[in-house]
Amino acid sequence: MSLLEVKDLQVRVDEREILHGLSLTVNAGEVHAIMGPNGSGKSTLSHVIAGKPGYEVTGGEILFKGEDLLEMSPDERAVKGVFLAFQYPVEIPGVTTINFLRTALNAQRKARGEAEFLVPDFLKKMRSVAGSLNIPMDMLKRGVNVGFSGGEKKRNEILQMALFEPSLCILDEMDSGLDIDALRVAADGVNALRSPERAMVVITHYQRLLNYIVPDVVHVMSKGRVVKSGGKELALELEASGYAQFEDAA
Amino acid sequence: MNLVVAKTETGRALSDIFDVARDRLPGGGKVADARQQAFEIYERAGLPHRRIEDWKYTDLRVLMREVLPPAPAPDAAAVKRAGSALKPHAIAGARRLVLVDGVFAAQLSDTDDFEQGLSVRTLREVLEAGDAALQAQLLSPDSSDPMVALNSAMMTDGLVIEVADGVVLTKPLHIVHIATAAQPLAMFTRSLLKLGKTAGATLVESYIGADGVKAYQVHDSLLLTVGDGARLDHVRLIEDSREAFNICAAVVTLGAHAHFNTFGMTSGGNVSRYQAVIAVAGEHSRVETSGVNLLNGRQHADTTLFLDHAVPNGTSHEIFRAVVDDRGHSVFQGRIIVRPKAQKTDARMMTRALLLSDDAEADNKPELEIFADDVACGHGATTGALDESLLFYLRARGLSEKEAQALLIQAFVGEAIEQIASDDLRGLAISAAERWLAARS
Ligand SMILES: Nc1ncnc2c1ncn2[C@@H]1O[C@H](COP(=O)(O)OP(=O)(O)OP(=O)(O)O)[C@@H](O)[C@H]1O
Ligand SMILES: [Mg+2]
Repeated sequence: MSLLEVKDLQVRVDEREILHGLSLTVNAGEVHAIMGPNGSGKSTLSHVIAGKPGYEVTGGEILFKGEDLLEMSPDERAVKGVFLAFQYPVEIPGVTTINFLRTALNAQRKARGEAEFLVPDFLKKMRSVAGSLNIPMDMLKRGVNVGFSGGEKKRNEILQMALFEPSLCILDEMDSGLDIDALRVAADGVNALRSPERAMVVITHYQRLLNYIVPDVVHVMSKGRVVKSGGKELALELEASGYAQFEDAA
Repeated sequence: MNLVVAKTETGRALSDIFDVARDRLPGGGKVADARQQAFEIYERAGLPHRRIEDWKYTDLRVLMREVLPPAPAPDAAAVKRAGSALKPHAIAGARRLVLVDGVFAAQLSDTDDFEQGLSVRTLREVLEAGDAALQAQLLSPDSSDPMVALNSAMMTDGLVIEVADGVVLTKPLHIVHIATAAQPLAMFTRSLLKLGKTAGATLVESYIGADGVKAYQVHDSLLLTVGDGARLDHVRLIEDSREAFNICAAVVTLGAHAHFNTFGMTSGGNVSRYQAVIAVAGEHSRVETSGVNLLNGRQHADTTLFLDHAVPNGTSHEIFRAVVDDRGHSVFQGRIIVRPKAQKTDARMMTRALLLSDDAEADNKPELEIFADDVACGHGATTGALDESLLFYLRARGLSEKEAQALLIQAFVGEAIEQIASDDLRGLAISAAERWLAARS
């Protein structure tokens, strides 16, 4: 069974239609890349999957493990294993990253009927994950994303993904703002999570990321639709020729 | 034209109560005379209402309607119920002093092994047999406020604590006010804490109700004197039962080079009012005052602070946070006066309110009156809702709506709690906030 099925999705924001019948199927074990020009609706798709308020779904459906995702609250989706690494993570002053991570992890575990982590066990787990992503502990003692550099915010998203171990990971431009070394470390973190039960949707503008996280399928989005899908070579093609050829197709 | 005499039904009923009670109230002679005068002041004014500027947002004629008769001294059963209600509020390592239904309960209090230089007596003892100077101080609060006048007339018991010069108490003092009565009754208490020169103390006050108490009224007043070079850390936690009224007035006087750090949180009760006059009467003194209101249902809580800088080189920082849900109503009135002599005063006040529902209300009235020219003074105020994008981020990480709100509320009130000086005291405030948050989820 497919992990994620987006069927003919139509989405509006403030009366304006942004997604015009988008379809996408992602199976467990696969890595999909979505590429496409600015404003084509990539982040909109990721937000609608995560359940962000403010989007009106006027047609189509989204199934996650066969269940109607659009009926679920954002937290229910997270509990069931949907994770979005945001293009623009927010800053939360006054909530330390450590406290946030523990609260979130335990909220998910509690909702799934699993035992909550006690502080020492949690710290142990967090230290090992943070260590593997080269994230210093003092960063985790600060407010969530407060004063973090662009790259640090992205690393914090990957850290959360590694801690929560979701089954569907959507990464919205995780490569923007990361320096070359950080990109490699973050990509290693993502690759470490690849497994037959898990799927990744990697949204990016750059072929380089796909050298590190090699996709099974590449989709091109334009004007609110998937206009072409292919293998990893499609990304190379795009790098050479740009998106102009798809503008008409859309 | 008809002239209506401004005397409510309540006023009349209360005078009967005062007539009956006066013979049993502690203190004769001057004390009794002072009670009589104070009662007359109260009788003329009646309960404060919205046309009295200081009580503009807290109209007790509407909210409280009447003053209830005083509670009888607690019997053994009441003390027992108080004992079990105390447990969740116990502070490890503190010297506990308990007032049950407004009367000191030695059985529940730590009355032995007093440190050298610490004297603890009850208000009753001092009014009946104390020295004249101490009695005069206890009778000193300004009775132009009707609720202070009422308290002066009816005060039944309380604690009179003195810390000698140079003595720094290691154990925090924990005064617990517990109501146990099964009928709606009132308690009238007054306490005094006097710190000598370079003395130091921590005072925590908890206000709670035993299970099953009715709509009781707490009428309390607190006098604090912080001597030259002395330091007082003070925390008040209002966790009364949801039907309770809590009306308290504090008068604080600081000597020179004194340090007063005070924090108050109102998360319980039906209607609460805390009014504090803080007089910076000695140079180079420092006041940090912070407070939090956590309100829902139809709770109403009013914090009215008056900071009086009379001398040069004083510092005062006020931080206030209100979180209001449902039809709750939070009031913050902060008045700072910098008198002509008080050059080089640094006085700041910042208040923020978080409204969690459309019917929630927060009134904020800052007033700066500055008569000196070389000062740094400022105030700021904001009112807003929880940030939707932060809530979504947290929910996308698996927190339910209530859990996400709770985390953001904790962060919001944390800005006020941070101003508390010690980790242990901060922990008390955090626990009280957590109890409120747990009750709403
Ligand atoms: N809240 C909103 N109100 C109005 N228009 C919006 C809103 N959110 C998104 N849009 C519009 O929807 C379109 C798609 O935006 P989206 O952010 O999904 O694009 P994207 O493909 O992620 O672009 P980029 O590559 O720049 O990140 C854009 O034209 C954008 O302006
Ligand atoms: Mg985008």
